[in-house]
Amino acid sequence: MKNEGEATERPDNTAFTQQWLPAWQPILSAGIVIPGFLIIGLAFIGIGIGLFLTSQTIQVLEMDYTGIEKDSPCFRCTIQSVQNCTCEVTFSLSALFTGPVFFYYGLSNYFQNFRKYGVSKDYYQLTGDTQYFKSPRDVCSPYSYDSKNNPIVPCGAIANSMFNDTFELYQIINGTKKKVPLDGKGISWWTDYNIKYRNPLSVNGSFASAFDGTVKPINWPKAAYELDLTDPNNNGFLNQDFLVWMRRAALPQFRKLYRRITEGDYAMGLPAGNYSLTVHYNYPVLSFDGRKKLVFSNVSWMGGKNDFLGIAYLVVGSLCMVMAVVMLIVYAKFKFSEEDDA
Amino acid sequence: GLCKKLNSIYCGGDEKRVDSRTIYVGHRPCPDTEAFIPSKFCDNRIVSSKYTVWNFLPKNLFEQFRRIANFYFLIIFLVQVIVDTPTSPVTSGLPLFFVITVTAIKQGYEDWLRHKADNEVNKYPVTVLEDGRSVKKESEKIKVGDVVEVVEDETFPCDLILLQSSREDGTCFVTTASLDGESNHKTHYTVPDTEKDLQALPATIECEQPQPDLYKFVGRMHIYKPEQEPAVRSLGPENLLLKGATLKNTKKISGVTVYTGMETKMALNYQGKSQKRSAVEKSINAFLLVYLCILISKAVVCTTLKYVWQSKEGQDEPWYNQKNQKEKDTNMYLKMFTDFLSFMVLFNFIIPVSMYVTVEMQKFLGSFFITWDKDFFDPEIQEGALVNTSDLNEELGQVEYVFTDKTGTLTQNNMEFIECCIDGFQYKHRDTRSELDGFTVTDGPVNKLQQKAGQEKEELFLRALCLCHTVQVKEAGSEEVLTDQVDGIDGMQPQPEEERGFIASSPDEIALVRGAMEYGFTFLGLESKSMKIKNRENNIEEYKLLHVLNFDPVRRRMSVIVQTKSGETLLFCKGADSSIFPRVKPEEVDRIRMHVERNATEGYRTLCVAYKQLSAEEYAVADTGLREARLALQDREQKLMAMYNQVETGMSLIGATAVEDRLQEEAAETMEALQGAGMKVWVLTGDKMETAKSTCYACRLFQRGTELLELTVRTLEDGRLKREEKLLELLRDYHRRAVQDAPPVKAGVTRSWSTANQDYGFIIDGATLSLVMNPSREADASQYRSLFLQICQNCTAVLCCRMAPLQKAQIVKMVKNSKGSPITLSIGDGANDVSMILEAHVGIGIKGKEGRQAVRNSDYNLCFILPQFLYQFFCGYSQQPLYDAAYLTMYNICFTSMPILAYSLLEQHISMEILLDNAALYREIANNAMLRWRPFLYWTVLGIFQGLLFFFGVRFLFSNPALQDNGQVFGNWSYGTIVFTVLVFTVTLKLALDTRHWTWINHFVIWGSLAFYVFFSFFWGGIIWPFLKQQRLYFVFANMLSSVSAWLVIIILILLSLLPEILLVVLRKPRGPHSRQVYLFLPFPF
Repeated sequence: MKNEGEATERPDNTAFTQQWLPAWQPILSAGIVIPGFLIIGLAFIGIGIGLFLTSQTIQVLEMDYTGIEKDSPCFRCTIQSVQNCTCEVTFSLSALFTGPVFFYYGLSNYFQNFRKYGVSKDYYQLTGDTQYFKSPRDVCSPYSYDSKNNPIVPCGAIANSMFNDTFELYQIINGTKKKVPLDGKGISWWTDYNIKYRNPLSVNGSFASAFDGTVKPINWPKAAYELDLTDPNNNGFLNQDFLVWMRRAALPQFRKLYRRITEGDYAMGLPAGNYSLTVHYNYPVLSFDGRKKLVFSNVSWMGGKNDFLGIAYLVVGSLCMVMAVVMLIVYAKFKFSEEDDA
Repeated sequence: GLCKKLNSIYCGGDEKRVDSRTIYVGHRPCPDTEAFIPSKFCDNRIVSSKYTVWNFLPKNLFEQFRRIANFYFLIIFLVQVIVDTPTSPVTSGLPLFFVITVTAIKQGYEDWLRHKADNEVNKYPVTVLEDGRSVKKESEKIKVGDVVEVVEDETFPCDLILLQSSREDGTCFVTTASLDGESNHKTHYTVPDTEKDLQALPATIECEQPQPDLYKFVGRMHIYKPEQEPAVRSLGPENLLLKGATLKNTKKISGVTVYTGMETKMALNYQGKSQKRSAVEKSINAFLLVYLCILISKAVVCTTLKYVWQSKEGQDEPWYNQKNQKEKDTNMYLKMFTDFLSFMVLFNFIIPVSMYVTVEMQKFLGSFFITWDKDFFDPEIQEGALVNTSDLNEELGQVEYVFTDKTGTLTQNNMEFIECCIDGFQYKHRDTRSELDGFTVTDGPVNKLQQKAGQEKEELFLRALCLCHTVQVKEAGSEEVLTDQVDGIDGMQPQPEEERGFIASSPDEIALVRGAMEYGFTFLGLESKSMKIKNRENNIEEYKLLHVLNFDPVRRRMSVIVQTKSGETLLFCKGADSSIFPRVKPEEVDRIRMHVERNATEGYRTLCVAYKQLSAEEYAVADTGLREARLALQDREQKLMAMYNQVETGMSLIGATAVEDRLQEEAAETMEALQGAGMKVWVLTGDKMETAKSTCYACRLFQRGTELLELTVRTLEDGRLKREEKLLELLRDYHRRAVQDAPPVKAGVTRSWSTANQDYGFIIDGATLSLVMNPSREADASQYRSLFLQICQNCTAVLCCRMAPLQKAQIVKMVKNSKGSPITLSIGDGANDVSMILEAHVGIGIKGKEGRQAVRNSDYNLCFILPQFLYQFFCGYSQQPLYDAAYLTMYNICFTSMPILAYSLLEQHISMEILLDNAALYREIANNAMLRWRPFLYWTVLGIFQGLLFFFGVRFLFSNPALQDNGQVFGNWSYGTIVFTVLVFTVTLKLALDTRHWTWINHFVIWGSLAFYVFFSFFWGGIIWPFLKQQRLYFVFANMLSSVSAWLVIIILILLSLLPEILLVVLRKPRGPHSRQVYLFLPFPF
């Protein structure tokens, strides 16, 4: 702090050394606290009402399609022997589902937050550094080499367990199916797509050649460079579904964004009517008693539907108000009694 | 430790067997001795530093890791390195490194200062006489046996035997201020009859091995003369000049080195200072233990639950998270153990690594405030307060017992001659002043209203005052003063006389000599064993000084034996009444005793003066006896004492003197404030009871209403009972009165404003104390002690008079080790207080309550780690950390440490003025009030509440992780970051709520910390860090801020978790503006 050399001499006569620094001494007197509590209470109640109402306006449609019940449409697909199973889930909307509609898939009792699972990826591979294609990091084990000792790209448990059910949505108009266009862009974080993850550079003009000498993750039906053959910008590690999956969920029950419905006739939302959802059922969850569901939702400024925040604000706001009133009573009582004493 | 060992190997190894060392003056072989074997002594290097450049690292590290917390973190760090754990070793390694580094820097800096001081001493140029030449040498090169020259105002480079002085009378003056704090001049003597030519002095010195007692030294010097028996001279402490003392009022001295370097008395006295642990550190350790228990139970709970949870099919190893072969092969129990360790590592931050460093920094910087304080600055000696150890600052706030010396501490030790009593007649000095006009030789200084003693008695008394002392006339400019004085004697100007400079080891002596001067007898000085005084007729009288029987605190008197011109041999003796009265004729005593006692009750220091005439035979016996005793190597002290006692008998009493020792400025106010603060003040003094008692009344330690319980030799005198029986009876009686009948008062709150409580004062004297401490029957000892202690603890003030220095220390030790181990503080100035000061906890000061922040820190960590614990229930007990490693690492050392440090340094929760006005406020913080278990529990509960709130608040928010208006979802790191943000803001704002004294530094640090957190988070998440193997926080913070919901949840959680604190602050607030500050802190209104 200050020079100690002078310490033995006459002490500096400064406000700091003499501990006379001018100081602000706030006192939480009743005159400040009670109005303060009132204002905070009012503000919170206001925000709470806003949040709650907003949350109420958000439409949500949730459907479990795991296929536990025998009569459920996807029960058939839960039998292990069935390959490339497709099932159809139907639903009807009585009113317009205001757009833009967000299409989520949800998993429960699925622990993306397992520690070992979470570290099981090779960040250098995912930045397109082909050096690491040949020798994945140890943390990827047991998902770093296949049985023939070929390196797996992308290695690790997260990539290997990528969610691979796919969905097609149809509106049924007079018995005919009209495909609802699903928008797969912009479902992952902008920074993930644009900065954090990088594809390897193409070798001799061929993107697939960059992956030479490696094998796809064991559970993947196709290699990383084949994730979206229609759109090179959505292929490889920059595949948006892949990116969404790679951002680990915080809790064992979670939902991830699958598609947005923003185009064509459905830009304003899903009109009332009957819909059919074709599920390409690939992802097994029953072995660990998991569940899969589909969620249609629209969002507001506060995000998806969440009543908690609004209620919390209302409760805390009311609490503040109550406390302000109680304090006012106590204060008044004491003030009077003090005056009596005097 | 190590240093000492080395020293003993190099220096004392071969000497261990003999109890004396032989030194050859100037390294010259002496004829008569067997063989000249230059023994090996250690060099004159002083090493007070602990470390050297090369051993600093290992030694310092070793010492730091002996601290529990550091060692614990080292273990955690090693576990992280060895076992596969959830967080990288960096997370605990970095804070540990930081703590270790900061501490090492602090200790290194302190050691560097010591090195500098050592070097200054060791490289100081000194003059050594070598082969007839003066050689300049570095101080560290001095060897035992070297003859060293020292000039005025220099400090002695080693322990020297004084051989030669530039003063004619073979004396020199030193001050030992840096050794024992006494700034008086002390006289030391050359070895008598040494050759003037030091170059060729063939002599050996035989003296005892080095020992730390500053006031003890025995030795013998053999001077060899050709063809003659070697002459033997005795050496005592008066011949020994101690390293560290300063030469005063003497141009130059030469001396032969006897002890060097680490064997000097100074070095021996400073060695082996054990590091005292402060009470705060002890309670911190206790709290740490509690948290360690919480930590272990958390880890056990998690490990158990993990295996319970895994036993369910499919949970342990779902298809998406297969184990590799190695994991499958691992033994089940080993896995459990590593899991346990992993949980320990995950939760280990519950124990705040930075706590010790915060406390240490606070103490270190806090000590600067003491040094800097202008109010501690003494303009007279141009010195401020000096903090010798920063480890004990906070103890100052916890003091329960204050032990104080009387002379020089309560009083100014600045004596003034008040009156005397000659042959039973009273002479008032102040009266004579006013009657100077009528001053004539025959009239004398006698108050005309009173009878006066015979002129002969009067003059004898004044001569005695002039002769019986060890005062020296100040050399510089003495002639000038003398002429002034001669000129002024007719002009009725007493001022020049006043200006005459005297030097003495005790200010009473000067006062007495001055007093005699007032009455017309002036001491002119001592020259070559002859004392000159000027009598009332302005004639010079000369006396040959034959012997000085020095003052010592046991005898409590001193004597001189002088020979008059006419050949008479006289012994003059002055001393405390108790030591003189038994040695004079009883009928003389009666006339004077009354005066002495009256003077004593008025608070003056009294001395009695006696004399006797020695016949030639008597003197011859005394002379040989004294000489023999002085030469004795063994038991010299006892022999001298016996001889003194033998000589000082059968005297006749001439009179008594009264000298006033004024109270220090504001002594009374200070004492009152100390008592008001609930501290118990004990006065420990060597003075007589009456004097001490009146001083106690004067400084309001005893007040009119105080009931005095006296336990002294006087009260023990009882015809019927033996002393010990009486003692027990009195003790029981006092115990009943002061302890049993007294209303039960909490310790530390004895004195109050209400007069309902009877105040007790307790008086005990040295003789009785030794009876209490060492009764004849050992079995009674504990009973006596406990009775005594209980009485003392219930008294507001305790006066212990007639104390020997060792008894002072004994008392302090007894109180310190009593129940509840109260913190003790000793104040003193003299050498007789050193042992007492060393014994007590604290040297001196005013401030406290800093221990508080330590506990705060730990509750920070509870709400920090609790969410991490709760998260385990949601991640399959897989030890997934909630927060990023950077946050884990930085939390303690960066985000939360600075505000707490600033708070602990700068907070004045009550303003200075109010504090000074209301000493009772001190009670609030005494007994480590801020560190007791109740607040600790409160903070723990609060921490748990907040931890739960943080975690579940965000948990409910994340029931729908789509928190942005673009529908994208947040992942686990966003979760952790939101919790962490709430956490950092909450703990910082909570501290802000508690801060009552906002200086710009507080503002800067509190808002700065928050700003730093935000800035750091942006920065940390804003860049792809090339050295990281994963970029898990990349843009997490920025994304979080783009979500309105995240903002809202952060705000509401901060508010909710601060709500209890706000409520507490508000509810505890006093109502009404007048009483608003003091009100709060007083347990009762007055």
